[in-house]
Amino acid sequence: MTAVIGREAVRVDGREKVTGSARYSGEIALPGLAYAEIVGALVARGRITSIDTRAAENAGGVAAVLTRRDLPAVNRVPLVPSLMGGPAPGETFFPMQDDEVHYAGQPVAIVVADSLEQARYAASLVEVSYAGAPSVTTIGQGRGDAYEPEKIFGGFMPARSRRGDARDGLASADLGVDATFRFAPNHHNALEPMTTTAVWEDDRLTLYDSCQGIKAVQLTVAALLGMSPSRIRVLTRYVGGAFGSKAMVWPHVTLAALAARHVRRPVRLTVSRAQMFTSYGHREEQEQRVRLGARRDGALTAIRHDKISVTSPFDDWAEPAFCAASQLYAAPAFEGVHRLVRGNTMTPTFTRGPGEAAGVFSLECAMDELAGRLGIDPVELRMRNLSDVDPNTGHPWSSSGFAECLRRGAERFGWDARDPRPGREREGDQLIGTGMAAAAYPVAFFMRTQRARARLYADGTAVVGTAAQEFGTGMTTVLTQVAADALGLGLDDVRLDYGDTDLPTAGSPVGSNGAMMVSAAVHYAAAAVRDRLVALAAGDPASPLHGADPAWITVDGGRMALADDPGAGESYGELMERHLMGDTEALGTWDPPPLDTPYGLLTFGAQFARVAVDADLGTVRVRHMVGAFAPGRVLNPRTARSQLMGGMLWGMSQALLEGTHMDAGLGRWANASLGDYLVPVNADAPEVDVELIEVDDDVTGPLGVKGVGEIGQVGSGAAIANAVHHATGHRVHELPITVEDLLPALEWEAGR
Amino acid sequence: MRPFAYARADDVDTAIATVLARPDGEFLAGGTTEIDLVRQDVLRPGLLVDINDLPLDRVDDLPDGGVRIGGLARMSDVAEAPGVAERFPVISEALLQGASPQLRTMASMAGNLCQRVRCGYFRDAVSPCNKRDPGSGCAAITGFHRGHAVLGTSDKCIATHPSDAAVALVALDAVVRTRGPHGERAVPIDEFFLLPGDTPEREHPLEHGELITAIDVPGAATARRSSYLKVRDRASYEFALVSVAAAMDVRYRTVADIRLALGGVATKPWRARTAERSLLGGPATREAFAEAARRELAPATPLPQNEFKVELAQRAIVRALTALADGDEEGGTR
Repeated sequence: MTAVIGREAVRVDGREKVTGSARYSGEIALPGLAYAEIVGALVARGRITSIDTRAAENAGGVAAVLTRRDLPAVNRVPLVPSLMGGPAPGETFFPMQDDEVHYAGQPVAIVVADSLEQARYAASLVEVSYAGAPSVTTIGQGRGDAYEPEKIFGGFMPARSRRGDARDGLASADLGVDATFRFAPNHHNALEPMTTTAVWEDDRLTLYDSCQGIKAVQLTVAALLGMSPSRIRVLTRYVGGAFGSKAMVWPHVTLAALAARHVRRPVRLTVSRAQMFTSYGHREEQEQRVRLGARRDGALTAIRHDKISVTSPFDDWAEPAFCAASQLYAAPAFEGVHRLVRGNTMTPTFTRGPGEAAGVFSLECAMDELAGRLGIDPVELRMRNLSDVDPNTGHPWSSSGFAECLRRGAERFGWDARDPRPGREREGDQLIGTGMAAAAYPVAFFMRTQRARARLYADGTAVVGTAAQEFGTGMTTVLTQVAADALGLGLDDVRLDYGDTDLPTAGSPVGSNGAMMVSAAVHYAAAAVRDRLVALAAGDPASPLHGADPAWITVDGGRMALADDPGAGESYGELMERHLMGDTEALGTWDPPPLDTPYGLLTFGAQFARVAVDADLGTVRVRHMVGAFAPGRVLNPRTARSQLMGGMLWGMSQALLEGTHMDAGLGRWANASLGDYLVPVNADAPEVDVELIEVDDDVTGPLGVKGVGEIGQVGSGAAIANAVHHATGHRVHELPITVEDLLPALEWEAGR
Repeated sequence: MRPFAYARADDVDTAIATVLARPDGEFLAGGTTEIDLVRQDVLRPGLLVDINDLPLDRVDDLPDGGVRIGGLARMSDVAEAPGVAERFPVISEALLQGASPQLRTMASMAGNLCQRVRCGYFRDAVSPCNKRDPGSGCAAITGFHRGHAVLGTSDKCIATHPSDAAVALVALDAVVRTRGPHGERAVPIDEFFLLPGDTPEREHPLEHGELITAIDVPGAATARRSSYLKVRDRASYEFALVSVAAAMDVRYRTVADIRLALGGVATKPWRARTAERSLLGGPATREAFAEAARRELAPATPLPQNEFKVELAQRAIVRALTALADGDEEGGTR
């Protein structure tokens, strides 16, 4: 039998994407379509004193200029992460309900016109006057007023966490590390901007939306507008990148629906590239302080992890600094606290490896420093602190593979040949350094019931439907594989239908959970169809399989046969024709294990990097990255590797390039363009090796899948920062690491 | 996008006359920056006259060993032209380290000289900016200015001139040839770029309707040994933090001729004449390079976020000149 799962299947939507026949949400052709443009507030805080719309209304092609007077009151909906399966607004604030301005870019008016160009031009003619007030947008401005919230991360997490006595543990340590790291804010900058196309027919609404979860869009718009979800259908076939920015449902989606209702025409609202910095949240500016205590032999005695960050005026949002960071090592004591500064920004949101990308960075740079102080190899230091159980709960891991990741990653990278002393290797003008870090990302069972439907036709082909989403991860490809595997069909005989809220309910594939949760439902649906037909054959006197134990019947290429006598069998089609079945179908459902499942739930990995730092100029270029990951069962090594490699490069990007700069005086982002907000280009991409280590896991669903969505970014930035330290002997405590951080440490003798 | 009229010209005189017919008329060449800025409402032309059909895209050798680059020659074509790549490697290198292959294929040389600054406050169309909206103030001086200039600044504007190619051309004493309502003229390139002073909105001495027809690079044996060093955060497709265009002739370990210009650090492509004077006739040593670099950057007026450029520029100058001097020795030509 040819295994379909685990095969390097090519993407099912690859051809449409590379040939350009794929139609994205902003490309759906509709008769009478109008275009909406948001007018964003220019001040970060204040009150609107007047809006003069006359010039805009008189501009060519303008259908309407909407201000708060034209909008109905919108319901207040709590901020709950979309993974939970309910309404999921990105912030509890909804714009254009009153005259208050809370952040720059906040929508204050909407222009609707016959063309995008006309809408943009007319939007520039809307005259808004403000009574401005002093704003706070940075930690520096608000540190004195910082507070400790009760919960963070959309209520997912307590702000404070502890086990044992960290104060004692630090005090009794032989050696300590105390390091503070500052992180620039990050914006996701997906290539496809946020786009919603809204179409009303009577009181039914259809939305074509560039999102990460169509159900979340459906339920959020329903909740905000007080509509029944049954009257809202969301259709999303292709999404040009998301990275967390489309995991929550932001105001522009509902504004598009309201604008369409107002002008009684289909309306498309596309957020401009500049507005992409003020329309969907961001990774917040943050500082993290990590204190480690250790014995001489390297065993950690305590970890203390503190974070301060900027949130919005409305919500207590912080990405958690220490989910995985509190679980990675067997320290007997841990204490962590999040503190927040209320700022005039949007509510921050999930961003590429939310929480862990920064939290594990801080921990793993501190661990590197500790390794140096102790004179213990960094890989060995991690090995000495491995934990067989989740140190927070004492529960065994559902599966680990951490040690194997460290070993195999080190081997593939050639770590053993390393001279631990910093600043020893030089190639011409370049200082060469190597570094490593652990990686981890949580598996969390916050999702609700997942459903899928499988229908098999008598000709041996199948259609499997689920309201899941593809936003570039390859999920629809692996779901097709899972369905083909369970049905015993070839990949080409299965078509996946997705991206439609009328299909069986699936949750938002966010937080690295998509493959795990939706594949479980697809597996059960497809297996139910197969089991039904196998049972039918076994009980059918006319079948060559009559009387066989169904457990001993396998299906391959649509043919059922005895496992130990493949000659005895028949095809699905033969059986179904005899029974006058044109098709047969079944619903598959998967309920996640309870939240208090007695297992530690983490995906583990290890990251290695080699960098070159220009000895005079301070520029850092990454030469080689190796990542070893243990994501449970690998459904498709090609898409898994691609996801992980992408994550590793985003980690490089976070370490060396990405940062949004707040102009605190104006209260506005100062580099809101892709020319000024740097993401890596091909020339930055080094050689990247991904090592996949399969581990058995029977807790995370029928297929034993964990996730590969986020963990690629976790630890990769730390490995690079540690390599920069190894190259130069200097530790930079600020991300991104740039030339000016390194120049003072790079001795420069004019006469050398 | 603000509505504007569009016309296409077949010959130079018609192009000039068409632009002159409206006070808000402008030329449109490759459009790689201009169209962006029109879309962003930073530039507000009433008429764009497309000049891409004009016969100004040739690269010809000049009798003195120099080269005449047509105003509409594309960056990628100029970089590959044999006369440029062999005799003026610094121009080729500067071009190839600029923008992206797609942009270089589209962008014209004249447009490259006239490209507008990358200052985010200039380009956002709303912040105070004396260059875009004279008298409105400069948000960069008190705001985000990591990429801004440390030389040639004024209290009205600190925006960095973004071109790479212009830095090489300034080092080589190129001449900008134009035709306009008052006939033809030739402007030494160093005079073509104006310091912001009190009038940052005025970036070059071109009159309304005056068109760059060609850029002449005079022959210079020194230029055969020349290079362009560009320092930036990202490996490609990014403007310079600091760049150095350098040509040097070393004889008997003495600097016999030198051309040096800096990019990324000044409000115009910066000819480093102080450093040149310091080096000419003196020893071609690392100490001398460093001293010359120190003198060149002595008048720098950095702000907190771009202070690093003062030292980075000195290091880059020494790196570039050391490489040229080592190359001379290794090549054994002297």
